[in-house]
Amino acid sequence: MSEIKKEVSNSAVKRFFSENLGILAALIVLCIFLGVFPGTSQYFVTVKNLFNVLRQISTNLLLACGMTMVIILGGIDLSVGSIIALSGVLAAGCVSRYGMSIPAAFAIGIVIGVVFGLFNGFVISKTTIPPFIVTLATMNISRGLAGVYTGGSPVRVVSKEWQWIGAGYVSGIPVPVIIMVIVFILSVFILNRTKMGRYIYAVGGNPLAARFSGIDVSQVKFVVYTYSGIMAGIAGIILASRMYSGQPTAGEGAEMDAIAAVVVGGTSMAGGSGKLSGTLIGALIIGILNNGLNLMNVNSFWQTVVKGVVILLAVMIDFFRNKNKAK
Amino acid sequence: MEKKKVILKMKNITKTFPGVKALDNVSLELMEGEVHALLGENGAGKSTLIKVLGGIYHADSGEIEINDNKVKINSVQDAERNGVAIIHQELVLVPYMTVAENIFLGRELSKKITVDLKAQEREAQKVLDELGMNIKAGSLVKDLSIAQQQMVEITKAVSAHSKILVMDEPTSSIAEKEVENLFKIMRDLTAHGVGIIYISHKMSELQDICDRVTIMRDGQSVATKVVSETSRDELIALMVGRQLTQYYERDFQKQGEELLRVEALSDGDRVKNVSFKLHKGEIVGFSGLVGAGRSETMAALFGLTKVVSGEIYINGQKTVIRNPKEAMAKGIAFVPENRKEEGLYLIQDVRYNTTIEVLEQFIKNLNVDRKKEESITQRFIDMMRTKTPSQIQTIGNLSGGNQQKVLIGRWLATEPKILILDEPTRGIDVGAKSEIYAIMNELVKNGVSIIMISSELPEIINMSDRIYVMADGEVKGCLDHTEVSQESIMNLAAI
Repeated sequence: MSEIKKEVSNSAVKRFFSENLGILAALIVLCIFLGVFPGTSQYFVTVKNLFNVLRQISTNLLLACGMTMVIILGGIDLSVGSIIALSGVLAAGCVSRYGMSIPAAFAIGIVIGVVFGLFNGFVISKTTIPPFIVTLATMNISRGLAGVYTGGSPVRVVSKEWQWIGAGYVSGIPVPVIIMVIVFILSVFILNRTKMGRYIYAVGGNPLAARFSGIDVSQVKFVVYTYSGIMAGIAGIILASRMYSGQPTAGEGAEMDAIAAVVVGGTSMAGGSGKLSGTLIGALIIGILNNGLNLMNVNSFWQTVVKGVVILLAVMIDFFRNKNKAK
Repeated sequence: MEKKKVILKMKNITKTFPGVKALDNVSLELMEGEVHALLGENGAGKSTLIKVLGGIYHADSGEIEINDNKVKINSVQDAERNGVAIIHQELVLVPYMTVAENIFLGRELSKKITVDLKAQEREAQKVLDELGMNIKAGSLVKDLSIAQQQMVEITKAVSAHSKILVMDEPTSSIAEKEVENLFKIMRDLTAHGVGIIYISHKMSELQDICDRVTIMRDGQSVATKVVSETSRDELIALMVGRQLTQYYERDFQKQGEELLRVEALSDGDRVKNVSFKLHKGEIVGFSGLVGAGRSETMAALFGLTKVVSGEIYINGQKTVIRNPKEAMAKGIAFVPENRKEEGLYLIQDVRYNTTIEVLEQFIKNLNVDRKKEESITQRFIDMMRTKTPSQIQTIGNLSGGNQQKVLIGRWLATEPKILILDEPTRGIDVGAKSEIYAIMNELVKNGVSIIMISSELPEIINMSDRIYVMADGEVKGCLDHTEVSQESIMNLAAI
């Protein structure tokens, strides 16, 4: 029995490597380069920097976990970046304006994510309005509400307890990194080991066939968009905690970074296929690249250019690999 | 018969894909005014040969001669320039453009820099009328039926002065009556010297329309015969490389008790007061023209569309079915008509496609029992005799027949008592067809009851205990297998 288990896990490991060969190679090359490059080598390979990188990618990977499911479903969720802002400012406001306890404030931040996720899911599953448009609308609504609530300026919270979730440590490991790992594993379980996971692939791959198979297509959409909303809610309180404040501009463009991680990770925008292992590597590549460019003192405008080029390259590699396979 | 001119010669065409020799020294000759059938099982190389002719694939070696001139066809444009037009099985018209715009797509008539829409419409209508097609050049393609869209494709080819026309299974998605119309137009074209290469799985059509037939098997051209000098059995033997002793396998048995009774079912649209019965161990056929409301009736029964009025009884018990899940819980399975659009997850593998409806059998509490998953898949690969290199083969890469087998297997995994098969053998080769008939026979012997919708008359006549004929959303009659004939069905089906 244990032998069979081993075989299965072996093949899973093998699959992980063969499926992600291209981007895994890119990640390794990137790490080796930063590890030996004179300008970065002494900083890059340190535990401190490693945790630094992981903490930087933690919110992006959270969003990307939800986004991977949304994209496999054949959809898109543009609202997550703005939900971060609304969740952050409301959580901060609960503490500084209404004197609520910090755990309760965090809970409210997450609830904001749930509410917007439910709303997205409801509209997308009950109508045929494209997800792009629905979430474009909720993106503006939540960003706007964050501005209305704050009048445009940050809502400060100065307290050690508040900072714990975004900047704290548990036995030397940053709290957001721990949250990221838990959420990632949970997402992998949902996608690979539950009926819901398979239904997500089914609905994304062929919604009509899913309906014929007796799959409740609306329910699947509802669950996935809600999950994505929750991810944004959690990311919102992590960011607000790290910045000592809820900021109405927080998470600007975060939805695009999440989409980038998913796409670099090899998930097809057409829906029906994709995997979280790829998304993890995608988020790592983008995160390490940012980190490396920072260490090299490259200015942030150039960093954005490089990010764009990397996204394009990753997708092109995928394109040519598929083309060869098709031949 | 006078000696006719050879207009197309394909000589010793070879085409290799990684690991497969798709075409091995294939030769084909088409004469002026001839309808030349290309016959073969799926995977025999027919489509590949056509794609070489159409400029989609490059042959590794071999020559193509058109009107005795050696030509190179390296692109679709090359093919068009040489007068070759291909009408694909999946029609490729732009839905939101008019018929005229589609006909002139890519070679628009222009008035200086703008497209001369009026002239196009005039010209298109002229050709349409010449061909006796009852289609308005100004109507949008999306408003046309499949058969009409096919006519537009043919018109497009004619207006481009194509002399060599390839038709890939043109009758697979149109009704019997429309087939006659198509054949009339084909005869018209050949009378004007057009040569037609005709791909079809339907043997019965060969006698009606084709002059000669080339049989392909395993990437080779096995033989070319004159249709009037050959027989159905000989052709099948050439295609499969073995004698099929019994094509339709069916042991009729004594009727069991009533399992399903549908009374006056209506969906408020295409289904009007439909009543029928299904007994245990019975195959009930549903015949009729395309659009007669057969699939719609089954969709309503399966809970895919709303039932406005009418009653459903299973085992004598009145039942309400509101969605497919409830239908499945009642032991009903529905293998839909369009396997690619409504059935398969094309980018997923055989295993995923087999097990998607029985996940609860091996996924419990975040634990996937991979061994169970594999054994379920294997069981239905074996039962259906599906040919696949492995369980993790992407299903889109299998032949149509094997895809269909996986799809039927998926539904059998739910252990249905009532199996609804909508056009179960459409577009699949004779070998796979005969295997599916054998499996259906096996299933009913084991107590499963089958409802089969089919537009293929020989199939429905030979396989069904009873046949309901529908037209215009209503059941027009029910025929017993002892009294049924093609004529009696068509009499009821014609509106």
